[in-house]
Amino acid sequence: MELTGNQLMFIIFSGVIVLFSILTVTTRRILRAATYLLFVLISTAGIYFMLNFQFLAAIQLTLYAGGIVVLIIFSILLTSHISQKFEPVGWKKMILSALASIAGMIVCITTILNYKFSANAAIAQEINMDVIGKSLLSYEHNGYVLPFEVISVLLLAAMISAIVIAKKGKTQQEK
Amino acid sequence: MSHAGIPLHYFLIVSTIMFFVGVYGFLTRKNLITMLMSIELILNSVNINFVAFNRYLYPDGLHGQFFSIFIIAVAACEAAVAIAIIINIYRRFRTISVEDVSEMKF
Repeated sequence: MELTGNQLMFIIFSGVIVLFSILTVTTRRILRAATYLLFVLISTAGIYFMLNFQFLAAIQLTLYAGGIVVLIIFSILLTSHISQKFEPVGWKKMILSALASIAGMIVCITTILNYKFSANAAIAQEINMDVIGKSLLSYEHNGYVLPFEVISVLLLAAMISAIVIAKKGKTQQEK
Repeated sequence: MSHAGIPLHYFLIVSTIMFFVGVYGFLTRKNLITMLMSIELILNSVNINFVAFNRYLYPDGLHGQFFSIFIIAVAACEAAVAIAIIINIYRRFRTISVEDVSEMKF
């Protein structure tokens, strides 16, 4: 069977995602976990590119890979030693958690494989910035102005609360 | 029923594996930051689902893409607030292991 370029890219991306997400949750060094998470997020952006969602892939790269991972690495550097290794997870806990996850995985995958998705032959809508911006601010059919406004309020609240929580409180002598 | 020669099921299987790897990490990890990373994995796998459904089943709309954008925004908020809380906990207890942080009143 001849592999097309798209299939080859999908195999690479999904292999990287599966391998590095397993490494993210099993590695014993915390900074390495953050680096592996970065690989997973970048491959996810590659999958978005494959499906022709360029805008979403750009958001994924800038916000997830650029923003959240940097934030996580900063907090790692603030709170733990780089050379510190976690103690290994206990056998009992590891086996029970792995059993729970694998059981869930099997249930979901068999359900997915048995379900016949009905194909849709509709013509794909062209995605450009014009369409995205207009539907984010439109209140008509297929408009998203309400979640857009809610998310902006949420971002403001999160920003203020992060500053208030992380602010250094007064020490005993200052009081 | 395949876009560029890849059936929809493959995307769903990849995202399922990613989701349950995230669940495994959330159950086994004890460090707060690594638990946060597991949550990011879970949110990301959901995004892949939304995007694949959008492209394969409803190609004439953009609902999946917008839901993914909103999920990414919520994940960013969650990470910012969680890291602020983690830094505050570290300042008070000198550790971020969930087992050592057991008192809420100070």
